[in-house]
Amino acid sequence: MRVSAVLIAAALLLSAGCAQHEPRGSGDLGVIVERSAGRLQVVDTTRQKSIGAIAGLGDLSHASVVYSRDGRYAYVFGRDGGLTKVDLLRLRIERRIVQSGNSIGGAISQDGKLVAAANYTPGGVRVFDAETLEMLADIPATYGDGGQRAKVVGLEDAAGSRFAFSLFEAGEIWVADLSVPRAPKIQKFRNIGRQPYDALITLDGRYYLAGLFGEDGVAMLDLWHPERGVKRVLDGYGKGEQPLPVFKMPHLEGWAMAGHLAFLPAVGRHEVLVVDTITWREAGRIAVAGQPVFVMAQPDGRRIWVNFALPHNDTVQVIDTETRNIVHTLKPGRAVLHMEFTARGESVWISARDDNRVTVYDTATFERKAELAAEQPSGIFFTVRALRFGF
Amino acid sequence: MRGTRVLWPGVALACVLGLAIADEPAPARQAELVRLVRQDCGSCHGLTLKGGLGPPLVAAALADKPAEYLRYTILYGRPGTPMPPWRAFLTETDAEWIATRLLEGFPDAR
Repeated sequence: MRVSAVLIAAALLLSAGCAQHEPRGSGDLGVIVERSAGRLQVVDTTRQKSIGAIAGLGDLSHASVVYSRDGRYAYVFGRDGGLTKVDLLRLRIERRIVQSGNSIGGAISQDGKLVAAANYTPGGVRVFDAETLEMLADIPATYGDGGQRAKVVGLEDAAGSRFAFSLFEAGEIWVADLSVPRAPKIQKFRNIGRQPYDALITLDGRYYLAGLFGEDGVAMLDLWHPERGVKRVLDGYGKGEQPLPVFKMPHLEGWAMAGHLAFLPAVGRHEVLVVDTITWREAGRIAVAGQPVFVMAQPDGRRIWVNFALPHNDTVQVIDTETRNIVHTLKPGRAVLHMEFTARGESVWISARDDNRVTVYDTATFERKAELAAEQPSGIFFTVRALRFGF
Repeated sequence: MRGTRVLWPGVALACVLGLAIADEPAPARQAELVRLVRQDCGSCHGLTLKGGLGPPLVAAALADKPAEYLRYTILYGRPGTPMPPWRAFLTETDAEWIATRLLEGFPDAR
């Protein structure tokens, strides 16, 4: 009797253990940031549901995430300077450090070995071993006479263990080469324009573009030819019009590219800018419902999805890239903060902070496919980012 | 005589209280304002208001700033910086209430 009970218990334990260790891939996983709770939900994008939560990540306002190249580990950059390495398969924190006083985001190197964090306080970039989170390099963003430090924005990974980033107060773009991680080589580009606020790198890793807040225009660096210096594109796109107040900074990461056209948020205008990436000249503008925050292309490039700053932050508009017409307007909830496409774009996940939910839409029919409860959700990040430059 | 002496301060106090109440946003509006500051101002100043692209708005960081300066900055923005004017969303009373709360240490949501 007693023996059989023990046996049954052992068998149960064993089967539970087996179920727990059922191997699975990570290619269709992702995370939803619950900003106020300091928590991530791990989601399965195939089953369109949450598979667990990981708490204890600190202040996640404006948190962003990059992935290890096997898509198993998420590196989470918190506002409070926290850098947390999270294991999506075991649903636990692998390592966590507080690397600065105030951070805005980060990037992972081409080879996946280095994780870099962009910091506001103290202004600069810190580079860590992706495996251990040991700090390998500290790059202070000093400018002027050297006594001041700028806030770093738009940190992007470039080919060859390089990271490109912009200095907000200084109006500079720096490219750090970390081929020898403990001895970074830094190339500085000065006078690139006033107040770069965010940046992007093209999908091929060639062009680094920094949006300027202090003037109408975008600063562009060709990373194949850094010796040619930073050029100004879309110069004076406002053409002297009085810009509207900006209630939320646009984001450039996850920008939209369709064929040879790029679609960018206009700063202080209810417009999406269309840019020809062969000539890097403005190719048009599309009037939209409000000030765009994210302008994102479906992976097939056929449609562009746009969300907006206050007071239009309950709206998402969809633009057809062939006709440049708005083909659909959605109301996913109050305070739409982010959108994320699955790898091949059959669905898009949209967070509505003030309605505490993430809605999954079919991108072909705009039908709601699923709804997930989440506490004040902000960013949504799928593991497919692991395989791309600039995500 | 004695009665009036007691009475007058009482009336004065009631007037002051009445004024204070009339000059504050209604409780439901206050809750909205707390959310606005934490969440939307928080996109630049941080959810904890310890700063981001915008400067910190915790009480210690604002110690040398008069309430009037904060109220004005909230309503009219700071040209040359990313701080926009919020007067399309906020009344004078709202802005004054936010400025006063910021100086005291801003309340948490809920």
